[in-house]
Amino acid sequence: MKAGIVLFPGINRERDMALALERAAGRAPRVIWHTETDLDGLDLIVLPGGFSYGDYLRCGAMAAQSPVMGAVRAHAQRGGHVLGVCNGFQVLTEAGLLPGALLRNATLRFIAADATIRVERNDTDYTHRYRAGQVLRVVMAHGDGNYYADAATLDRLEGDGLVAFRYCDAAGDVSEAANPNGSARAIAGILSRNRRVLGLMPHPENHIDPLTGGTDGLALFESLFAASYA
Amino acid sequence: MPDEASPRPARVPDEALAREFGLSAEEWLRVLGIMGRTPTLTELGIFSVMWSEHCSYKSSRVWLKQLPTKAPWVIHGPGENAGVVDIGDGLAAVFKMESHNHPSFIEPYQGAATGVGGILRDVFTMGARPVANLNALRFGDPSDPVTRRVIDGVVRGIGGYGNCVGVPTVGGEVNFHRAYNRNPLVNAMTVGIAKRDRIFLSAAAGVGNPVVYVGSKTGIDGIHGATMASAEFSGDVEARRPTVQVGDPFTEKLLIEACLELMATDAIIAIQDMGAAGLTSSSVEMAGRGGVGIELDLDAVPQREAGMSAYEMMLSESQERMLMVLRPDRAELARQIFAKWELDFAVIGRLTNTGRIVVRHHGATEADIPLGPLADQAPLYERPTATTPKLPYIEPAKVEDRYGLAGGLLRLIGCPDLASRAWIYNQYDSTVGAQTIRRPGAADAAVVRIEGTTRALALTTDCTPRYCAADAEAGGAQAVAEAWRNLIATGARPLAITDNMNFGNPEKPEVMGQFAAAIRGMSAACRALDFPVVSGNVSLYNETDGRAILPTPAIGGLGVIDDAARSVGIALRPWLDLVLIGTTKGWLGQSLWLREIGGREDGAPPPVDLDAERKHGDFVRAQITAGVVRACHDLSDGGLLVAVAEMALAGGVGVRLNAGPREIPNHAFWFGEDQGRYLLAVGDGAEMVRLAEAAGVPAMRIGISGGRDLTLPDRGTISMNALRTAYESFFPDLMGRS
Repeated sequence: MKAGIVLFPGINRERDMALALERAAGRAPRVIWHTETDLDGLDLIVLPGGFSYGDYLRCGAMAAQSPVMGAVRAHAQRGGHVLGVCNGFQVLTEAGLLPGALLRNATLRFIAADATIRVERNDTDYTHRYRAGQVLRVVMAHGDGNYYADAATLDRLEGDGLVAFRYCDAAGDVSEAANPNGSARAIAGILSRNRRVLGLMPHPENHIDPLTGGTDGLALFESLFAASYA
Repeated sequence: MPDEASPRPARVPDEALAREFGLSAEEWLRVLGIMGRTPTLTELGIFSVMWSEHCSYKSSRVWLKQLPTKAPWVIHGPGENAGVVDIGDGLAAVFKMESHNHPSFIEPYQGAATGVGGILRDVFTMGARPVANLNALRFGDPSDPVTRRVIDGVVRGIGGYGNCVGVPTVGGEVNFHRAYNRNPLVNAMTVGIAKRDRIFLSAAAGVGNPVVYVGSKTGIDGIHGATMASAEFSGDVEARRPTVQVGDPFTEKLLIEACLELMATDAIIAIQDMGAAGLTSSSVEMAGRGGVGIELDLDAVPQREAGMSAYEMMLSESQERMLMVLRPDRAELARQIFAKWELDFAVIGRLTNTGRIVVRHHGATEADIPLGPLADQAPLYERPTATTPKLPYIEPAKVEDRYGLAGGLLRLIGCPDLASRAWIYNQYDSTVGAQTIRRPGAADAAVVRIEGTTRALALTTDCTPRYCAADAEAGGAQAVAEAWRNLIATGARPLAITDNMNFGNPEKPEVMGQFAAAIRGMSAACRALDFPVVSGNVSLYNETDGRAILPTPAIGGLGVIDDAARSVGIALRPWLDLVLIGTTKGWLGQSLWLREIGGREDGAPPPVDLDAERKHGDFVRAQITAGVVRACHDLSDGGLLVAVAEMALAGGVGVRLNAGPREIPNHAFWFGEDQGRYLLAVGDGAEMVRLAEAAGVPAMRIGISGGRDLTLPDRGTISMNALRTAYESFFPDLMGRS
């Protein structure tokens, strides 16, 4: 699987993401400038975290209109993999590649702290190296991570098994107290219908090294680059 | 915005206008002498900002010269945009701390945000990628609603800017005292990493070379910000809001990336950010340091609004702007890089051999000033000093303890100066960049790996203003020693400091006396610890309605850990021996215990024995490097028992403590603030004590970790849950739960 990272102006976790991809894949990802439109030869497109266009107007709204996003959309329609983390998740919802929206955190403050999230299923390209129900400790760093969708959409996501990760406590139990940003149904990450597009708010790419925050995120990247499990 | 706040004076310069611009009558005469005529409005503006306290250091320079600034590992000391030290592997650390005190009271969010932006530019200007931000904050009485508003805005501002530019905010310190009411201190520090042979300086060179402006457009914001920062506050804070700049971290992020991309080429001859006094100070300093002249054509300056005057453009402090001198044959390459990042790029002048700064606008010459006299004849004051009377030593046995150890600890650990800072640092992204090994709250200093190596930087900010108020010399030495100790406690080799001198009105002899004494104490500590000053900033006139802040020489310390995997934090694990290193006499003067429990801000502060400091620190670092220390914490505010509690809280594990020595009263032994001490958690306490004694370092076992309670030697017991509640309540109670 060959990966590329899209660089929108204002993105700032692209280096972190590149380290994680390189660690799992054994080679550096291609860096894609936001004006590029040719993504041929890439299997995985990653939209990393940061503040694309300063989060001005609305988080992810302007990046979603970038020239590169037409190519990303076509890639997704062809069944290609797209991973959006934090601001990347916001861009994916703004671009219509994932349903719902990310609202201001319920606390109305930026939250930079460890969260615990639960792997909802381990039969996807992103999660097959985890156990179902496994609890991961991953850092979150966002002001707008409060996942929102209407009740029908949420029911569809649940019914189709498209909720990838949920905020939970250390024991894996979901509760209001263990939901840091107010997300609907404690959703931390969701999949597209074909399960090839994943958006999530916390940062697995910051957890690939025991010295800098533990390795709970590594299996996500290893899942992607492992020989196809299916 | 009210009309009367418009910064557009249409008056002819005279002594009255010069005084409004912050110049004294004598300084006005000096301007007339240099110019040989009445200056234009633009010229008077240039003189007034260049000769402001903020830009000229006219009251502090005579004292700053006493600070030691050299060591074999120092590459650039004070005088450049930031200090530069060798950190091995062909790399250099570039760092500085700078204040944004006055703006942060007038408009807390933007004041703090632009403080972060400004110090970031000082660092990446030199070719370094910023890898860490820290801060040192001082707020007024927490029960004052104004303080809450300031905290909220300052914390949001620091986070809003730092989070967006993608530089992790990894450490800092916070104090509260009523002396900071309406005069908070916001000191921001940035650390960057550069190749040691690719450091960029500001001295312009090459007559005829183009002077290039990049970054944001110029607007009328922040005009005379440097002058505002050089005056006391009175009741007219609202009217000063237009002197505060507005930050755009998105543009700063683009500017960082564009500058670093350009710096990878050979295009840049000199570069400087437009900070205080904007285009004026950057052009004057670059030409002055290079010994050349400079001509500026203001018609070419990218402008945010129509009809700006030369005076306004020269004095604007619009943010996110840089000035560069380029090789002429690389100007086109540079233009392309900035176009890619969608930033303004304009050739606005050239270097000359006239030794003058000439400013043209709409075909007219708006300023023509000789650079030599502007710098050489800048005012330099050796202001009178008065000594603050020393306070008496407080005999521990003569201080009554009505609360016992448990009651005292629960009060202390929840007090504003000691309570958990998680509410603050959980709003700062401390992990972006993927190199943060020790986050805020995890160790005495932040630990950030040097990307691509197995080494790490240790970073801290420190000052104990109540010690400085009681005895500025002892307090100055203590601030440096505590920074050194905090680096040691992670296993780092301390290398150098940046200082941020925050004081009151220097025209008052007692304030100038505090300043001079603090410098003496700092100098002695820097020398004894081989810990030179490589950069710094002075903020004077920190007074509101005639009342000065506590003297606050904030120290930013930097050290290197050769094996990043060997750094230690403060978190205890079960079944470790706790070993106290250093001498404990039970010093209660100016201790937090005396203030919070005894209700007295009184007595002489603890002295720092610099020889013992060095010896104890070298011993502790050797033990950490040897890998036998599982956790380490320096002893500071609140003394030994608070350090034990903080280690227990960080690790979520209880501790059983032994009785202290009989000859020292319990409260003095456990809460005294004797200096030069550490608490080590080790597997074999007896062996550690033996090693220490062999090295001539005082050591004693004081307890063992384990269980769910903190069991005190006077038979008191505190459950870890109760301790945590006391520790974690202050900020959420004050600011709202989240």
